[in-house]
Parts: sequence; structure tokens; C-alpha cells
Amino acid sequence: MSDAIISVRDLHKWYSGVHALKGVTLDFKRGEALGLVGDNGAGKSTLINILSGVHRADQGEIKVEGRAVSIATPRDAMDLGIETIYQYNSMVPTMSIARNLFIGREPTRFSVLGVGILDQKKMAEESVRAIANVDLHLRSPDALVGELSGGQRQGVAIARAMHFKSKVMILDEPTNHLSVKETNKVIGFVRGLKEQGVTGVFISHNMHHVFECCDRIVAMARGEVVLDKRIGDTSIDEVHGVL
Amino acid sequence: MKRLFKTYLEKPELAGLILLVLLIILFQVRSHGVFLNQDNLRGILGILPEAGLVAIGVTILMISGEFDLSVGSVFALMPMTMAVLMVHGWPFPLALLAGLLVSAAIGFINGYITIRFAIPSFITTLGMLFMARSLTVVVSGGFPPLLPADLPNWLFTSFVGPGNMFRMSFLWFAAVALLTSLMLSRTNFGNWIKATGGFLPAAAAMGIPTARVKIVCFMLCSVLSGFAGMLQVLRLGSPLPSIGEGMELQAVASAVIGGASLLGGIGTVMGGIIGTTLIRVIDNGLVLSHVDANWFKFAIGFLTIFAVVANAWMRKRAKAIKMEG
Ligand SMILES: Nc1ncnc2c1ncn2[C@@H]1O[C@H](COP(=O)(O)OP(=O)(O)OP(=O)(O)O)[C@@H](O)[C@H]1O
Ligand SMILES: [Mg+2]
Repeated sequence: MSDAIISVRDLHKWYSGVHALKGVTLDFKRGEALGLVGDNGAGKSTLINILSGVHRADQGEIKVEGRAVSIATPRDAMDLGIETIYQYNSMVPTMSIARNLFIGREPTRFSVLGVGILDQKKMAEESVRAIANVDLHLRSPDALVGELSGGQRQGVAIARAMHFKSKVMILDEPTNHLSVKETNKVIGFVRGLKEQGVTGVFISHNMHHVFECCDRIVAMARGEVVLDKRIGDTSIDEVHGVL
Repeated sequence: MKRLFKTYLEKPELAGLILLVLLIILFQVRSHGVFLNQDNLRGILGILPEAGLVAIGVTILMISGEFDLSVGSVFALMPMTMAVLMVHGWPFPLALLAGLLVSAAIGFINGYITIRFAIPSFITTLGMLFMARSLTVVVSGGFPPLLPADLPNWLFTSFVGPGNMFRMSFLWFAAVALLTSLMLSRTNFGNWIKATGGFLPAAAAMGIPTARVKIVCFMLCSVLSGFAGMLQVLRLGSPLPSIGEGMELQAVASAVIGGASLLGGIGTVMGGIIGTTLIRVIDNGLVLSHVDANWFKFAIGFLTIFAVVANAWMRKRAKAIKMEG
């Protein structure tokens, strides 16, 4: 499986008694947009939280580009090129767009032990470019994120992931509580990932959205993968059938 | 109008500053010019650094999303530790170092327990308020130890500057204010503090070591409080175990009057300083205007509630305006 950018083997996760992942084995193929679906509590978020370093698996193996890795913190995941965009917790509303883009990865001048003076000029310039690159139209990178609409916030989160050259972008229900127009915009972003050579993982409860922007669909139920097919080889009805 | 609200969101300390200017004018008129004369200003500037340093620490900690009610007790414990050590023959610099280490340790304990056991810092530091105060009395042995005569007052409390306007403590205060202000606005660590207090899950998801950030803020707050306590003891010349009582709440009031949000993420060092100055100005101005001094606490209380209500209202209005436009 040389084209797998992330491969996961026999992953298990228990939350004090709840067996949330029961041996998940899955390959995320390079450049592919994968749709992850399943009922509430199926284990989708648990799986991606493990990949993004928020939780740790109790058992199983993760390989990134063929190399076995240990993802202990969100930072580890980011360093491996895995960026995650959540429904809510991607942005700090009380901070500006420019500041948000660089949280935890601020460009600095003369840093000592990891603490240094912000290179504000670079932050301003790069944030303008990062936002323009994802075709987001915002007045200024100095606007507070709290002033943006939900869709614009997700746009900034995506711009951030693109700016840091993520190889895999995971979006966990990014379209919840968004208007139809904004949802379409986010779906457009997911579609655009392929052109940029980025692997996408898109989690949604809306089957139509998944079929609209993904190449492959993986369905989970009760902590296991129950279906894994190319979009062209399946249908919404079939996916609904296995859930 | 829109511009005004935008400015307000960017500079939450602005309202406090306007109020400060208005009060200074009021007191200057009411006191027939005594308020801004040299002697009175010297008095205000001489004690401002003590409350100001504590307020800086509390403000930064509040921006990171936490509270410290133990600052008043640390304010007393730090110089008491120094005094007792000096009685036992320790030289001043070593005693100073030990005092700062004790303060830092208390900040660490506050932070560690708060985070490790996921309890509100309100509770942790309330406990510490009692414990550190008790320790202060215990180590003092019941009555204040005598300070040695050869203390470096020239470095901390002597009057300097044009017309001997400032005490040295004011320079320390100004330096700390400048450095912490720059830290908050110009360094990546400042960004982490604001992100941690602004929205913890996002900060954590972006890989910021939020626990460490908070613990550092707790430690900074304690160290500044201890240092401020030492300044007061050097000014008064005697380490009383009761100094700093009620200081924790005044510091919170300062931060809040200066625009810091109780929920974290919003606030500035300058705001905390403006808040402290307002409190000192009111204290002094009431006396000069021959108002019954017992109105002081009433004024501070009123101002605190007023500031928070005004801030909440301004934020809501600012948001509404954004929605429209
Ligand atoms: N932090 C946690 N602590 C305890 N149990 C958890 C935790 N997170 C998830 N679980 C449990 O693990 C199981 C899988 O949850 P998970 O969040 O992965 O589901 P999901 O597929 O993302 O569901 P949804 O569509 O509702 O987001 C559920 O039974 C859930 O209750
Ligand atoms: Mg989920």
C-alpha cells in the first residue's frame, strides 16, 4: 500500500468502560477526499482525535507515509502534516485573524528557549496571502475572529491548514450550524483540496454533502468500519442500509 | 459610532482611562488645586507601585483565564520570609532570592493543583490565601522581626527624579509594566496566554502547552505580589504580618475596571495599571475633597460593578453593530 499516506491498523480505544474503537483498520490514500460517516457515537471523532493527537489509542498501529509513528500531542500531529478542523474549537474568538492563523506556530525574531518576539510584519503579510489563497474575502487580517460568520471561521481554519502545508486535512463536522450558502463554500474547499495535493477526511452527518465532495466513503458503526467503497460504487441508500 | 466600538474592542482599557482623566479633573477642582500639586502626587506615586505590581500579575493571570486570591497573603509572606532570614544573618540579596523563590513556589502550587485536579482557581487560591497568611504569622513568631539597618533602600524606596518626584519603586514598577506589556503584545508567549484564556480547547488543539502557560502566569502573579510586598515593607520599615489584607479583591477590581474580562482572553497590562491608579486616585481624592473616608469602599465597589456592566453592554452593542454591517 505505497499510496497510503496514513494507515491505521487494529486501533482500539476504551473510555473508562466504553469500547469506542474496536479494531479499526483503514488506509487514507494520498490525494483522496475520504468521507467518514456514521451515527452518533459510532467512533468517528474518536478515530480522528487519535490521529490529531488529542487522544491516544490504547492499542494498534499508525503509520504515516510508511513510517510507524507515535502521536502523543496535537503538536506531533501537526508536525507530521496532519491538521484538524473541528466544528467549534479551531479558533479563538477574542483574537484577530492574523493572530489565530499562527497560534502555536508564531514566526519569531530572536527566540530563546522557544519564546521570542513576534515577527508581526511577516504575520500580517502571510495572513493576507493565506486568506487570499483559499479565496476568502475578508476586510482585514486584524478583524477579530469573533466578528466572523461560522463559514468564514471555517474558511480561516482551512486557510491556516493550507498555509502550514498540511498533507492531511481532517474536518470533523465543519458544516454544522452553517447556512446553505456557507456549507457550499466549505464543500467547495474540500473539493479544492485535491488540486492542492492534500488528502482530505470529511466527517458529516449529511450524506449528500459527503457524496458531493468525496472520492471514497467509509461508514462506521459501534466502533467498527462497516463499509468502505468508492463513491461511484455505492449509493446513499446502500450507506444508509449498513448504518 | 462604529469606529468608536471597534476602538473599544481593541482597547478595552479606554473607558477606564477616560474615567481616570475625568476624576483627576474633578478632584483637582474640588480640592482647589491641591490634588495635582507636587506633594500630593509624590504621595500617590509613592504607593502606586505596590498595588500596581499586584494588579499587573492578577491581570495577566486573568487574561490566561484564572484567578488568584492569595496575592495579599503572598504580599505579606514574602517580606516576612526575608526579614526572618535576615534576622538569622542572611545577607539581603540571598534573602531576596529566597523570598522570590517562596513566592514562585506558591504560584506553582496554586497552578499545579488547579490544573491537576481541575478545580476552580478561585478555590485553590482561597485556600492559599489562608495558608500563606497563617504561615506569615507563624514564621514571624508573633511579633514583627527587626529589619537590619543597612538595607539597600537606595535601590527600592529612595526618592529620585526631578523634584524627587518618584521613589525608586516606581522605576521598578515602570520597568515591569513595560516588559510585561511587551510580553503580552509582542511575544509568542503573550499570544499563547491570550489564546489559552480566550478559548482553551482551540489553544490546546493548536498544540499550545496550556497547563504550562497557566502555571507560568500563576508564578508570575505570585512573584510580582511578593516583590510588591517587599517594596511596601521597605517603605514602612517594618514587616507587619497583616499587610496586604484585602489586596486580592482590589487587584481583581483594578483588572476589571481596566477592561479585563473575568472569562479570560481579554485585557491589557495598561488596563490593570489604569484600574489601580483609579482606585488610588479615588482614595486620595476623597480625602482631599473632605468626603467621609468610609465612602472609599463604596466608590470602588460601585466602580467595579459599573465597569463590568458597561463592558458587557459595550461588547453587546459592538457585536450588534457588526451583525448589521
Ligand atoms: N471524552 C470521552 N469520554 C468518554 N466517552 C467518550 C468520550 N468521547 C467519546 N466517548 C464515547 O465514545 C463513543 C464514540 O464517540 P465519538 O465521539 O467518537 O462518536 P462520533 O461518531 O464522533 O459521534 P457524533 O456523530 O455524535 O460526533 C461514544 O459512545 C461516546 O459516548
Ligand atoms: Mg463526533
